Amino acid sequence: MNSDCVVVMGSNMAECHPVAFQWVVEAQKRGGKLVHVDPRFTRTSALADLHIPLRAGSDIAFLGGLIHYVLENQRYFRDYVVNYTNAATIIDERFLDTEDLDGFFSGWNQDQGMYDNRTWQYRGGSVWAAAGQRTAPAPQGDGVVVAGEVPFEDPSLEDPHCVFQLLRRHFSRYTEEMVERACGVPADQFRRLAELICDSSGPERTTCFVYAVGWTQHTVGVQYIRTAAILQLLLGNMGRPGGGILALRGHANIQGATDIATLFDVLPGYLPMPMVQDAADLDGFCRPHGGAAGGYWGNLKAYLVSLLKAYWGDAATADNQFAFHYLPRLTGDHSTYQSTLGMVDGTVKGFFVLGENPAVGSAHGTLHRRGLRNLDWLVVRDLYEIETAGFWYDSPEVAAGEVRSEEIGTEVFFLPAAAHTEKDGSFTNTQRLLQWHERAIDPAGDRRSELWFAYWLGRRIREKLEGRQVDRDRPVLDLTWEYPLEGDQQEPRAEAVLREISGVAADGSPLPGLGALRDDGSTSSGTWIYCGAYAGGQNQTSRRRPHWEQSWVAPEWGWAWPMNRRVLYNRASADPSGRPWSERKRYLAWDAEQGRWTGPDVPDFPVDRAPSYKPPPGASAENSLPGDRPFVMQADGRGWLFAPSGLLDGPFPTHYEPQESLTRNPLYEQEANPARQRFLRPDNPYHPTAGEEGADRFPFVMTTYRLTEHHTAGGMSRFLARLSQLQPEMFCEVSPELAELRRLRHGGWATIVTARASIEARVLVTARVTPLRVQGHQLHQVGLPYHWGSRGLVRGDSANDLFPLVLDPNVHIQEVKAATCDIRPGRRADQPPS
Amino acid sequence: MAAVERREEPAERPLVPRERPRSYYGLPIVRRPAWTWEVPLYFFTGGTAGALAAVSILARWSGQHRMGRSARRMALAGALVSPALLISDLGRPARFLNMLRVLRPTSPMSLGSWTLAGFGTALGMAEAADLAGLPVAVTGTMEGAAGILGPILANYTAVLLGDTANPTWRGGRHLLPFVFSGSSLAAAGGALCLAGPGEGRAASRRMVVVGTALEQAAFLAMESQLGPLAEPYRTGRGGRLAQAHRRASWAGALLVLAGRRSPLLQRLGGALALGSSALLRQAVYRAGFQAADDPAYLVESQES
Amino acid sequence: MGFFTDSSVCIGCKACEVACKEWNEVPDLKPAWSGNSYDNTLRLGANSWRHVAFVERVRQDDAAGVRWLMSSDVCKHCTRAACLEVCPTGAIFRSEFGTVVVQDDVCNGCGYCVVACPFGVIERREDDGRAFKCTLCYDRLKVGEQPACAKACPTASIQFGPVEELREAAQARLEQVRGQPGGEEARLYGADEGDGVGGFGAFFLLLDRPEVYGLPPRPEYRRRDVVTMWGAASVAAWLLVGGLAGALRWRR
Repeated sequence: MNSDCVVVMGSNMAECHPVAFQWVVEAQKRGGKLVHVDPRFTRTSALADLHIPLRAGSDIAFLGGLIHYVLENQRYFRDYVVNYTNAATIIDERFLDTEDLDGFFSGWNQDQGMYDNRTWQYRGGSVWAAAGQRTAPAPQGDGVVVAGEVPFEDPSLEDPHCVFQLLRRHFSRYTEEMVERACGVPADQFRRLAELICDSSGPERTTCFVYAVGWTQHTVGVQYIRTAAILQLLLGNMGRPGGGILALRGHANIQGATDIATLFDVLPGYLPMPMVQDAADLDGFCRPHGGAAGGYWGNLKAYLVSLLKAYWGDAATADNQFAFHYLPRLTGDHSTYQSTLGMVDGTVKGFFVLGENPAVGSAHGTLHRRGLRNLDWLVVRDLYEIETAGFWYDSPEVAAGEVRSEEIGTEVFFLPAAAHTEKDGSFTNTQRLLQWHERAIDPAGDRRSELWFAYWLGRRIREKLEGRQVDRDRPVLDLTWEYPLEGDQQEPRAEAVLREISGVAADGSPLPGLGALRDDGSTSSGTWIYCGAYAGGQNQTSRRRPHWEQSWVAPEWGWAWPMNRRVLYNRASADPSGRPWSERKRYLAWDAEQGRWTGPDVPDFPVDRAPSYKPPPGASAENSLPGDRPFVMQADGRGWLFAPSGLLDGPFPTHYEPQESLTRNPLYEQEANPARQRFLRPDNPYHPTAGEEGADRFPFVMTTYRLTEHHTAGGMSRFLARLSQLQPEMFCEVSPELAELRRLRHGGWATIVTARASIEARVLVTARVTPLRVQGHQLHQVGLPYHWGSRGLVRGDSANDLFPLVLDPNVHIQEVKAATCDIRPGRRADQPPS
Repeated sequence: MAAVERREEPAERPLVPRERPRSYYGLPIVRRPAWTWEVPLYFFTGGTAGALAAVSILARWSGQHRMGRSARRMALAGALVSPALLISDLGRPARFLNMLRVLRPTSPMSLGSWTLAGFGTALGMAEAADLAGLPVAVTGTMEGAAGILGPILANYTAVLLGDTANPTWRGGRHLLPFVFSGSSLAAAGGALCLAGPGEGRAASRRMVVVGTALEQAAFLAMESQLGPLAEPYRTGRGGRLAQAHRRASWAGALLVLAGRRSPLLQRLGGALALGSSALLRQAVYRAGFQAADDPAYLVESQES
Repeated sequence: MGFFTDSSVCIGCKACEVACKEWNEVPDLKPAWSGNSYDNTLRLGANSWRHVAFVERVRQDDAAGVRWLMSSDVCKHCTRAACLEVCPTGAIFRSEFGTVVVQDDVCNGCGYCVVACPFGVIERREDDGRAFKCTLCYDRLKVGEQPACAKACPTASIQFGPVEELREAAQARLEQVRGQPGGEEARLYGADEGDGVGGFGAFFLLLDRPEVYGLPPRPEYRRRDVVTMWGAASVAAWLLVGGLAGALRWRR
């Protein structure tokens, strides 16, 4: 709403996030521009001032082109870049770029299929990552673990080994012409956008980027976002009002579910989950190489101990290292798709599915359903008997006669779930805002909340384990598991859980915020970033003061983590000396007289931390950062143009083709991300890619997406008449040119074919899909909404069945935004002709 | 109208829109009637009954008592059938009395309902008075009342159609009453030719001829005034019905003229005149469907 | 009170359709895919009191080449409401909020309003027999709430308030939109008291001509038309009587 330019890319914001989109409309009414870069012309494009269609899977080339433009035309925000990013930092001279190694960075190990990132480190020091792969590499030579100041830097940005020069070199070939070749975007359109973004950035203006799974669901998904981060840092758009990169989440509480650990490799609050090879002792884990990270992650031990105290209470003592050994250790990748393959291969015997419909929503649904059929038991909790629960009698495989219900041995427990109107709780949305919702009615019948389910399941497990006196049961038996129970249904009190997550001191009083967390066991907090959500014994997340009764930042609406901060890294909204970059973009400012930061938001670090602050020797954590370092989670307090650690596929983003592509990589001999996670097995065939034999059998690019009218895999929409009637049938969107080419009739049927599956869909011929000219060829794209399945009021084939399993190495997300397919007129072979 | 986008089946149409779309996917703008078959039939029965009631009182005044009584009884039959048809068409027939809940001058249907109610009552009372042997003045007064309401009943339905958003009905709103009046007159004559007493045959024949002339002249004038909006009277079901009506109408008039000496021909002519009047209401009714279904009529009429 | 629907910020989310159906317990439509862009509701009717139109247009003069217009349609609550004027039972009345509402305990399903409405809004519900349309949430208005659709609209495309205030806001918005690319054909629809129905209680900002959205270009309802029609009918009635008299006296 405060942005001068909003670039929506990899997202169909108006369509999938209509409520959030109101603020984009508000920004437009205030004179801001909206740009939509997307393969299709969507409801977002309809309202955009500029829509740029690009080839699905080519976003890094596009964004890299923008970086190139910004660097070569001197459009970067120099003061910001020099002071607030690691542009000046000198990198180890052994580092070699993809420009040197034709698509690889230094450190590639072909046998292991992964990088060793030792050569990517800062000269004279190794750095902890604030996210991603978090273990710090062993220090180099006489190097140190960076905390605060870096060993070598060149503020003139001219050293050939400084990040800035490496960056220039890395993106030197991402020119307008390259963008045209790689993305199918004409140079004049590209330039129009580049100029708009540059004109809408700088001290007086800010641009923000908005993305969703259109960026993440690729084999280079994380690097897509990295590219945008680099661009935004160069333009000085981070930590300022109207700036930033907004990750739109697909459900009301996906952010909350990520914050509080539904991912296998993080503990609540993004604390790293210990691996078997990590140090067994708490101190060793928190300070692996004798040095804690700079910035707030330097407090890792305080956060972790507080979590352990919240888990195990009195059983976690200083003597037993606060029960650190109770935490399970990871042996490797245990992400969703590994579990799917484990089910297929018989190593995973049981499966809980809560609030998800993988039989429809996961890539390669056929494989997923095969896995479900191979389980001993399956628990599905949902509002309706979704495909994942009904797969054993109602699935494409059963319909086709490939399997028979009576031959499936899986014992299915379907447990009806309470809707959000039937339970108390909080939603954490895209902008980290926690909002409390109250139960309107009690859940009817057998419906119960997730909280009820988890609590009572825990009670029963503990009852079964009581008296066994087996050591490995202790973590379960020692868990603090006492919550007040309410009502006839004995529902645990949700506010008591929030209170525990927020945290309490030794005397049981609620903690005011994360600054109060200690590593001596005197505090407990279930999630350090949520610490303070119950400050003062009040549920801060239930505050609903209207915006017209408070400052424009509206701090008294809900509660945002951390510390009710509405803009992260907001120190960057002022210049190094603490003055706002401009009055127009004033946010926080240092008031020298009062000796404190003033402004409408909660500052990023201690409110009295002067801009001139220099850390004294031996200072740790946030105190190790000088007063002009806004990126307080990073060890050096700076935004990383170059990521020395944390990523498995390179310190810089690089354009790679999708696993399945019709286009040769125009930049490198290496086609696809070398570190991508592949599963080479007969039940997961990949199509030949451009240049390989047989690639012409699948001559079109397909991409999946959502429609406003439905909710992801349909569990919350296909069973409701109100929503089903709005989009009653599976359809595919094709351009008039492709329709002509393949004789597809508008309103008729088409069959989309891949090596994994064939699905049928009604044909929507629309000029909103345009063929692109890529490397001299006309490239056709097929658009596929993925909401339908074999159950519900409206039924249809599921687009995700078409895709293979191939994942981003960092976060193990599937590539379903770009793959190849064929499309033919008519219905599937096993359907009667229409 | 050839240049105007026609309604097409969605499946046959490429989605690429025209440079200047003239409609929303060819979907109708105004609605076709929700009425059922009873309504155009009522237009006929009510109209004929109205004209017959006028015959009844005029015949009495001119001393043709047998003819007057015969016309009155036929009118009464129409007045009994008509409300039944109307009630049967209602979405909630049990609530038919709500029609007389208010008198709304702006609603031709409201005025029509009151007219029909008064008309039926008057005719019924006239018949009862006649049967009961009450003084002639009573019967005459009642007949007179019905006779005054009759001509209104004969053509208020044209006002009812004209006072809608249907472009073809609305476009003909000032001439359609003449069409309906003429047709009702012809139908009354036809009815009397068919089943009236011998003494009124000549008058009945003249009624058919005069009515037909009036109706046909008014229809031609209306078509000419409608311009492109008259297309529903020339194509499709409306066109077929209109043509059938026209042929039956002329044939009826010619036959009754030719049937001066042949009672059979006269009866046949009378039946044709009656049928043509029923066909007219059907034609007008169906033309309204066509006019509503193709948004081009409406758009074009409002643009000019 | 009334609606101003600003189609320039409509994102076609159909929240208005769903909110309306939920609040007013409007029956569901039979699911059917139309292929008319993303519109499967097709038009307003007894069972759809809000309808979002989706218009796809290819324009040579537009850099993007494609435009996708969306607009949420609703009963216009005309100042001179044909449905109300022709209703023989008095079931349709003008409320204290200036809105046009059907009393479903009075309506007998005569169907006259269906053909009278210049917008084809009101319709007889097949399995019920009575006519239904938007009530502008009469029940919510009575307790000081805004209509369900306006409440649900995320981008304030549907605004609710006193019509005079809305008209001012609409005029200001029109000037803003006209100045933007793609706003050349922007216009207010139904904001003028001098139009054929005396202005709408629910009016619109459209980005193209009304018929593109399935709206009549110049809707019209005038009471004086009824007077002239009755005049014509009277003359015609006299002609009938005259013709009749002639026919009867001819014999004398």
